[in-house]
Amino acid sequence: MLKIKNLEAGYGKLRVLKRISMHIDTGEIVTIIGANGAGKTTLLYTIAGMIKATAGEISLYNQNIIRTNPESIVAAGCSLVPEGRQMFSTLSVKENLVLGGYVQRKQKVDQKEELQKIYDIFPVLKEREDQLAGTLSGGEQQMLAMGRALMAHPKLIMMDEPSTGLAPLIVKDIFAIINRLRDAGNTVLLVEQNAKAALAIADRGYVLETGKIILQGPAEDLLNNQDVQRAYLGRDVSTEGAQCELD
Amino acid sequence: MRQYFPLCIFLALVVLIQLVTQITETAFYLTQLTMSAYYSLLIIGLCTIMGYAGQISLGHAGFFAIGGYLSAGLTTHNLQPFADTGITSLLDKAGLLVSSKDLYGDTLLTVHPWIACIVAISTAVIIALVLGGPVLKLKGHYLAMATLGFGIIIFRIAMATPYFGEADGLSGVPSFTLLPGITVSGDFGARIINYYIAWGTVLIGMLLLINLVNSRMGRALSALHGSEEAAQAMGVNTARAKLLTFVLSAAYAALAGVLLTHYNGSIGPGEAGVMKSVRYVAIVAIGGMAHLWGALIIGTLLNFMSMRGLFGSYDDAVFGIILILIMLFAPQGLLRLHIWKHIQKIKPKKHGTA
Repeated sequence: MLKIKNLEAGYGKLRVLKRISMHIDTGEIVTIIGANGAGKTTLLYTIAGMIKATAGEISLYNQNIIRTNPESIVAAGCSLVPEGRQMFSTLSVKENLVLGGYVQRKQKVDQKEELQKIYDIFPVLKEREDQLAGTLSGGEQQMLAMGRALMAHPKLIMMDEPSTGLAPLIVKDIFAIINRLRDAGNTVLLVEQNAKAALAIADRGYVLETGKIILQGPAEDLLNNQDVQRAYLGRDVSTEGAQCELD
Repeated sequence: MRQYFPLCIFLALVVLIQLVTQITETAFYLTQLTMSAYYSLLIIGLCTIMGYAGQISLGHAGFFAIGGYLSAGLTTHNLQPFADTGITSLLDKAGLLVSSKDLYGDTLLTVHPWIACIVAISTAVIIALVLGGPVLKLKGHYLAMATLGFGIIIFRIAMATPYFGEADGLSGVPSFTLLPGITVSGDFGARIINYYIAWGTVLIGMLLLINLVNSRMGRALSALHGSEEAAQAMGVNTARAKLLTFVLSAAYAALAGVLLTHYNGSIGPGEAGVMKSVRYVAIVAIGGMAHLWGALIIGTLLNFMSMRGLFGSYDDAVFGIILILIMLFAPQGLLRLHIWKHIQKIKPKKHGTA
């Protein structure tokens, strides 16, 4: 559904993304892993139209969206869950969700039904319906951010580091929900630093390093790849034996 | 319908105050109340851009001055000497000019107040569009600085341009007949009707803004106030939403300037001063930022008190102190102070621990 070809983007004179090519098929979870500053967020922002690409192509359903403005991209079915949740913290949970449906112009007709669908996925949000978003816990905020993005009826959901600042147990919950979203027919582009967790649920993965894709393939292959293990999974294969002996 | 209930109370209050002043023969208060109304019109516009969209503007006195000065200039400067030149005679033939006699019986040819009003407001709108485009890309105090710069420019232009009367300002601004029988003027006899014109304008202005903040656009504004990036990710065209609100609030300020200038019959550079802008921002903050009614009530009260001379020559200082106190003790605004909660704390609980 999404195809990217030789994409370049950056800030001012700084070139961050260098000839990125990738694709996402319908119903997949694709993950992009990479260290800080690799350009993961920039890539998502460029797809979302919030940063203008300097070269290359992005096509969503065979339609070039490289010059399209962010609001039309959301309307076309590609939603971003920004990093760090970015709640509208002075608004209630419900109001946050309603805002998520901003591009659905006819929303008043079945707004209740729309909200109910979100509450079915995230029951905790129903309990907190009238609470201010800023008073939610980190995990609940992440759920709200996801629910808010779902309100726009995206076909492709892009998530920027959903595990940031969450306890490992909560991270597990969040990833379980991402898995369920895929089962419900959504396509997910997941950007993560938590490479292990991301690769565990993804179908395919890309490894981004200083703005370039250096590795790609099925998630399982990447999990077992020595370079990936050394660089992103915190396992140094060459010294592992020695480590054991020390223990 | 619930959101219109306060409007009805507001209307009743306006009528009540007028009747009370009538009965107690204190109709002189109406003059300051009318002037407060026009300032409040500016303030509710500023409240929308500041409180709802979260963009601080320290240049709104500038827009007020653009409205006031342009309509004053156009309606006072005599075009008779140029009556035979192409443009003037063309305007005259189009019915855009009015001629009258001055004190000495000379013929005065000036622009019709309605035309002047339209020119003044359109100019403010165009300037807001041109200024807003680049400036609204800035955030927080950078935006405040940029709009402050704009305010200073307008102030200096008013002070330095002979057409606008330099430090003296413009006086002898004629009355402005909105509709036959409804005239904005400072005449003694027209005090009551002007009180109602002013508050009627505020009422319509409130109605528009209440609808705006409760609309899809209003939701977009509160979204971009919360987080601009997230708002963009939701599909809100943040640049457009900010610009539209900025332009709307500039139009409110300009309209306030036009009407108050016709009411006062004059305008001076003081109206364009930076202190005025600071005062408006302070009032919006005291009212509670995203709180149209708060801004309206506080705006009316403080402006009324200030114009009655309650703060003496320390006028601006008082506003400064109020701003400091509000920021320290009630950053959510005076009307959002949960006074009742505090009182309940003091009150002994019903169920004692036997």
